[in-house]
Amino acid sequence: MHVIENATLPDSLGRFGPYGGRYVPEILVAPLEQIEQVYFEARQDPAFQAELEELNRQYAGRPTPLYHCKRLSEHLGGAQIYLKREDLLHTGAHKINHCLGQALLVKRMGKKRIIAETGAGQHGVASATVAALFGFECTVYMGEEDMRRQELNVFRMRLLGARVEAVKTGSRTLKDAVTQAMREWTANFETTHYLLGSALGPHPFPVMVRDFQSVIGTEARAQFGEREGGLPDVLFACVGGGSNSLGLFHPFLDAESVRMVGVEAGGRGDALGEHAARFSGEGGAPGVLHGTRSYVLQDEAGQIALTHSVSAGLDYASVGPEHAYLRDQGRVEYTACQDADALAAVRTLARYEGIIPALESAHAVAEAIRRAPSAPGQRFLVNLSGRGDKDIGIFRENMPDLD
Amino acid sequence: MNRIDQTFARLREGDSRALIAYLTAGDPHPDRTAELALALERGGADILELGVPFSDPMADGPVIQKASERALRAGTTLEKVIEIIREIRRSSELPVVVFSYLNPVLRYGFEAFAAKIAEAGADGALLTDLNIEAAEEYLEAMRARDLATVFLGAQTSTDERLRQVAQASTGFLYLVSTAGVTGMRETISDAAIPLLERARKATDLPLAIGFGLSRREHIEAVAPYAEGAIVGSAIMRVVEQYGESPELGAKLEELARELKSGLKVPQPATGGVA
Ligand SMILES: Cc1ncc(COP(=O)(O)O)c(C=O)c1O
Repeated sequence: MHVIENATLPDSLGRFGPYGGRYVPEILVAPLEQIEQVYFEARQDPAFQAELEELNRQYAGRPTPLYHCKRLSEHLGGAQIYLKREDLLHTGAHKINHCLGQALLVKRMGKKRIIAETGAGQHGVASATVAALFGFECTVYMGEEDMRRQELNVFRMRLLGARVEAVKTGSRTLKDAVTQAMREWTANFETTHYLLGSALGPHPFPVMVRDFQSVIGTEARAQFGEREGGLPDVLFACVGGGSNSLGLFHPFLDAESVRMVGVEAGGRGDALGEHAARFSGEGGAPGVLHGTRSYVLQDEAGQIALTHSVSAGLDYASVGPEHAYLRDQGRVEYTACQDADALAAVRTLARYEGIIPALESAHAVAEAIRRAPSAPGQRFLVNLSGRGDKDIGIFRENMPDLD
Repeated sequence: MNRIDQTFARLREGDSRALIAYLTAGDPHPDRTAELALALERGGADILELGVPFSDPMADGPVIQKASERALRAGTTLEKVIEIIREIRRSSELPVVVFSYLNPVLRYGFEAFAAKIAEAGADGALLTDLNIEAAEEYLEAMRARDLATVFLGAQTSTDERLRQVAQASTGFLYLVSTAGVTGMRETISDAAIPLLERARKATDLPLAIGFGLSRREHIEAVAPYAEGAIVGSAIMRVVEQYGESPELGAKLEELARELKSGLKVPQPATGGVA
């Protein structure tokens, strides 16, 4: 397992500077302390690390390739673009990284049941997958709107033996699914682990998910050094809750020359409600949602705002607290990419490289494509967090010329 | 001594426990909340928990979720809730505890929040998702105005944790009777009375128990072990049912009277073991 040895954050209360922490119904304090304790013990345990590494290799398909996009780079005529191919992992996205890690913890805690929330359905599929692998019972909460737009993943979860519960409150998307999963957990914590699907929520989820995802950056850094020599100049990753981006960024944080760009969902425009850009869009301000303090899209009265993105996995009103910290430190630059640009990037990557990215990942690809022409001589590394099979329905709706 | 302490002191002299009534402010409309609070008081409510509606009520079941949605649609903000407190204060000395999720209060600012609710005549607050570890700034702002800070204890809280939560609390300690979210349940949880007994040993504060209490018999069962019982969803269910009907006030008064009748217990609460 890839432990960040020198990480000083979060502190003992799970805080990254003013962000993070634990803001939960009192009944969940003890269950979270249990996860924290079991996780920190496991993290030091060579047997745990060996078991996880074995699963990563034999089951998930790690290490994933680092791929040089020669045709795309030539077409853009500037920076060289490289992809970290998390899309080639079992289940089709990076989410399996933190699901395998958490599943081993569930076993350690002696629990037999997991619940999870999902937006794009990739975390739900990965959760259902590890449940099947370990023999857990699994229920996934998913907004009704997301069930509609990611229906293939709904079926995949059911095929894997999970129950999918439609969440019909609020905007019927990821935010509401997290809220509902939290509610259920307050009733079932004794038997059930909440397998949270991003680097957010109350401590210890942000640090734990980050650590499990750091395998992405650790591998990429070694692969890049070996094959290309030196370090990439700029890293790109899409930021929903923030797990694939932290996974790529974290092992590079000490490399001062490496710039990092987190790409949020710019949706249809700048007005609150039209996007999910917590850092770069209108309405984002520090606040508390789902147990953690971070940037939250909200109105003047502190009510959580509705969000929009064509990508269900980025369509969320808050963001992992470590990102808020990295943004305030100026270590990572955050920007947003609109729906149309992400869809265009899907076509470009498909045509020039034969790779169809997930809509989430396409946001990172789009930003790299935008910047490449004016960056000759630079090397861009993009986290391709998932593949686009789940999004074919949305592509068809938006690309009528192909039908 | 603020109104909450006075209320528990007064009840200690008499033969009943406190009925703590929860009302989502602004449901069905902000203009009606003060009137509904007064109706609950006439029926026997001793303390009002005035809920600030929130878009993502993580600790609430369907009844209060829907109440919050209606209140938000009716334009309820923390600013409006403060006006409602002022309106209640014009004609009543009913103690008012503001009950909110953290984010609306964070957005308002702890200092401004404490100053404004104190000036409007509130007696304290409970912030559902503010745990004691992160409460320092809030506690300072509240203490400076002699406002009570109520925190929650739960069945998962160790004895040590109950002591810490009680230490940060003033007015009373709120004990969560059951696992899960707010809502009406058929029976009271097996965890309720053992929790009250442990809390009794952890603090001298009055103990109030809530979550899942909706009927007179639930309240009768816990009354010997607590100084107060908190009822929320059963009240908001009536608000949902009678909505804009002119009968709503009378129905709430009737419900409060029924609930309060379950709280007549001759001897002081001792945990039932002494
Ligand atoms: C392929 C893919 N990438 C990215 C995300 C966004 O999540 P995160 O920011 O946690 O990586 C999702 C979420 O569903 C996803 O499915």
